[in-house]
Amino acid sequence: MIKTEMLHFAYPIGGDVLKGIDLEIGDSEFVAIMGENGAGKTTLIKHFNGLHKPTKGRVTVDDIDTKKRSVASIARDVGLVFQNPDHQLFCETVKEEVAFSLRNFGYDAETIERRTTSILETLDLSQYAESSPFTLSGGERKRVALASVLAWNPKYVVLDEPTIGQDYLQKDRLRNFILQLVSQRKTVIMVTHDVEFVAECKPRVILLSRGEIVADGPARVILSDEALLDKCSLMRPQISSLMSSLRDLGLSQDVIDVYTARACLLEAVKRVK
Amino acid sequence: MSIKIFEGFKFTKLSTPLHNLDPRAKFLLTIGFFIVTLLFSNFYALLAVLLIQLPLVVIARSTRRWLRSMKGGTFLAVLIFVMNFITGTTFVFSLSMTIRFLALISSFSIFFMTTSPDDLGLALESMKVPYTLCFTFTTAVRLVPTMAIDAQTVVDAQKSRGLELERGNLLKRIRNYVPILIPLIVNAIRRSVELAEALESRAFGSTEKRESLITLKMKTLDYLTIVVTLTFVAVATYVNLYIPLPTLDIPIRMPHIWPWMSYPSWPNV
Repeated sequence: MIKTEMLHFAYPIGGDVLKGIDLEIGDSEFVAIMGENGAGKTTLIKHFNGLHKPTKGRVTVDDIDTKKRSVASIARDVGLVFQNPDHQLFCETVKEEVAFSLRNFGYDAETIERRTTSILETLDLSQYAESSPFTLSGGERKRVALASVLAWNPKYVVLDEPTIGQDYLQKDRLRNFILQLVSQRKTVIMVTHDVEFVAECKPRVILLSRGEIVADGPARVILSDEALLDKCSLMRPQISSLMSSLRDLGLSQDVIDVYTARACLLEAVKRVK
Repeated sequence: MSIKIFEGFKFTKLSTPLHNLDPRAKFLLTIGFFIVTLLFSNFYALLAVLLIQLPLVVIARSTRRWLRSMKGGTFLAVLIFVMNFITGTTFVFSLSMTIRFLALISSFSIFFMTTSPDDLGLALESMKVPYTLCFTFTTAVRLVPTMAIDAQTVVDAQKSRGLELERGNLLKRIRNYVPILIPLIVNAIRRSVELAEALESRAFGSTEKRESLITLKMKTLDYLTIVVTLTFVAVATYVNLYIPLPTLDIPIRMPHIWPWMSYPSWPNV
């Protein structure tokens, strides 16, 4: 369980970025952290593996204070994938890149080989195993970064803006992959602006605004609350807008995905007939 | 590695006599310090050069940031001391070289803390440096804070992948920086290509002769600074050539343990 208690954080220059975050993320939970630019989302997740230590309050991972462990030791449990892959790719081949973290954690050669091959296959990167990561497209580099973290099979997977730069097909694959992780009882935490993506995944949503939690609940409830989303510079999913504009037909207002919307509309059509 | 180190070289907008000084006069002052620092290898003289910079730091109201840049230079300063000492020079000479290094960072730190990149560009232009060169220079200065933030992110990203910078022997520790340096360099190159394209899209260099909205004008204090700097350099040169300075003598030096090295007789300062 990742738990924050009255978490305050300020960078050396400027005021508090996080102002008293109280949060509990249980094991095998699936959570999306959303909020406007500069709300403190990335700052918050950097606390989960100890990159940032709270200026006030406390953060615990599996009941151990992050102040008492090194980043490298927390990272074994909490895998954090950064937003921009260019901040971490440096090896000559994609394979080496994925193996880098496994080497840091001291796995033996055979395990490294096995895990590298398997994760590259899962993320559709096998054909690039021997290519230089710098020659890949933005979306592919992003997947390499993801692979390099998932390779060591961390208990908590934290993703910063995973959908940026991915085309629709890749986003769909990413969603399936994330759901697969969730079904393997991993804790997945993602930071994103992509309401449509969240609407399709339906995780627990935590809304952050100006360093404070403004809402916490199921995606269905939060993503259909226009006033709340407005406050965080987010727009409700298109399906939700459609349902809202068809309010007169007596459609339920907490629908955010196509499948449920279809069922509701069919029912409404039947009623009208 | 931390962003804090770069704070000591970053411009902060303040209104102090030093900030308002004409950038050309200030540049001359910095060059003056530079020359004098390299002129002497005498312990007392170098210490004096370092100490006379302190009032300037106070006038510029930048003591905290100046201290940060000094702190940032500690590692290199220690390295300089150790390298000098183990290669057979005396304790005092090694110490003098360390102080020389600190005096150098200090003078450049004062210059960059109090001169905005814009002023710097104007100064270069008024010295008839081609505009493209001025622009390249000011852009480089401007990008330092951005690079510093980038560096911090890269360190964070690699730490998240289990990289431990402070682990292993000296060689391993140096190698640990490869995963930090490569993404930084690659990003810098990418960024510069993008910047060049953006500049060209906005018609950079379409006119031969540019005019500037703000023109630099020397005031009394600026002329005074120039005179004082020139006098300072002249006096220092005279002293260095003709007046024997007192020397600090602590006869400690490393025993000659490196058999493959020939030990030249270093100046015994």
